Amino acid sequence: MSKVTYIDFAGNTTELDLANGMTLMQGALMNGLDGIEGECSGSCACATCHCYVDEAYLGKLPEISENEDELLDSTVSERLPNSRLSCQIRMSDELDGIVVRLPEEQS
Amino acid sequence: MAGVVIVGGGHAGFQCIDSLRKGGYTDAITLIDAEPHLPYQRPPLSKSYLLDGADPDTLLFRTAAFFEEQRVEMRLGQRVESIDRGAKTLVLDNGEQVVYDQLVLAPGAQLRPLQIPADLADSVHYIKSLDDINGIREQLDAVEDVVVIGGGFIGLEFASTAVKLGKRVSVLVRGERILNQNVTPELSEYMLKEHQAQGADIRLNTRIETVNRLESGRLSILTQDGQQLECDLLVAGIGVTPAIGLAEQASLECDGGIRVDSYCRTSDPSIWAAGDAVSCEHPMAEGFTRIESVQNAVDQAKVIAANITGTPTTYDAVPWFWSDQYAHKIQMVGFHQGYDRVVQRGDMDSGKFTLFLYKGDQLIAVHTVNKPADHMAARKLLAAGISPSFEEAADESLKLNTLLKR
Repeated sequence: MSKVTYIDFAGNTTELDLANGMTLMQGALMNGLDGIEGECSGSCACATCHCYVDEAYLGKLPEISENEDELLDSTVSERLPNSRLSCQIRMSDELDGIVVRLPEEQS
Repeated sequence: MAGVVIVGGGHAGFQCIDSLRKGGYTDAITLIDAEPHLPYQRPPLSKSYLLDGADPDTLLFRTAAFFEEQRVEMRLGQRVESIDRGAKTLVLDNGEQVVYDQLVLAPGAQLRPLQIPADLADSVHYIKSLDDINGIREQLDAVEDVVVIGGGFIGLEFASTAVKLGKRVSVLVRGERILNQNVTPELSEYMLKEHQAQGADIRLNTRIETVNRLESGRLSILTQDGQQLECDLLVAGIGVTPAIGLAEQASLECDGGIRVDSYCRTSDPSIWAAGDAVSCEHPMAEGFTRIESVQNAVDQAKVIAANITGTPTTYDAVPWFWSDQYAHKIQMVGFHQGYDRVVQRGDMDSGKFTLFLYKGDQLIAVHTVNKPADHMAARKLLAAGISPSFEEAADESLKLNTLLKR
């Protein structure tokens, strides 16, 4: 289990313990958080699980694939340097404590 | 209040629950599903779930706590035997009765079984439910040779997963091309070459004649044209038929699917229907159509929830679909039937390209391979009814999103 903190656009904070291997998208959806849609079930096909990752954890994430990079260019809310798709981030011991902010809109 | 009763816990059934509560519905909600599991997502079953050996819990839409908090009565592992429309009551297989104010039918589709000798029926695996795929996963480590029957999306996704796992894979395809009717001949040919390059043995125009169990325990497959193959695992992905039995028995109007109007309401005003089993009118298609996709299930469920919670809504979402095979993300949007021109953007050899399908000068569908941003933009273009010129479609330097601002 590793800890993740989601901060939605209104500033509400939700802390969850997620099993390692679970993606940040799955964690948000399973626990009924608003602010992540994930309409392609996490297959990096739709850009509706956009999140902004706390700078301290950016370097620990897997590289952005070409498909993710293209999709990040077509998110509804603005792409920032710390934008990622939460379906591409799997929890691990290394990411324990990660903080992500959710954008205003996903679709 | 008896509230809303939902029959079927797939993508449509789950979405209906979520959208009803988000839409402010406060009366009772009951979910009845024949499977014993909490509602789960199916797309990963033929893809990542097998590949990365994920925990089944990662497939769940929501945890058990969510359904408790949302006050949803979960009747899992229970089947509806019949609907008494006059009394607005369902009879379950355990003899219990469940009363409804509004009924949502989301029964999905049933597997089409492979026609083989009855004593070997158990040796055929299918890819539909979590239990199906867990049955395959248990065996997979010990398997060397796999035969897949069917060259549609499910069969080919499984084939690509099995190849990635190091299995020798043969795919028997009844027709003369793979993904027939779902993609253009160009894309079908491209994916055929890709499967062959990855090492899958794709046999077109090949029908299974019979299957025998060998002394070694392996299966021997004889095709109608006399080819013989041996395998450790036989998987069939030969399509589904809409699960309309319950609706037919209740004399709801059916035409091979459960007929609904543009509000997703059946011929009984208290009964709605969503998902694979539904025959609906769509502003982009001619006549009634049945759409087997996650998107269709989810969007029809949202329409039903909106109508139940007092916001009259019709179904007009642009249909889209995706498939992952090897490193190829194939995405389709729109109804492509009747297209008379294909405009290509990008070089097929690059592994990233987009096909624009036109009827006259109207864009009706867009198929992409590893161009997810084009797919997302195409969804918006089609929803807005914008048709790029053929030149614009072919011009790689022109970002599709910019066309939306016209």
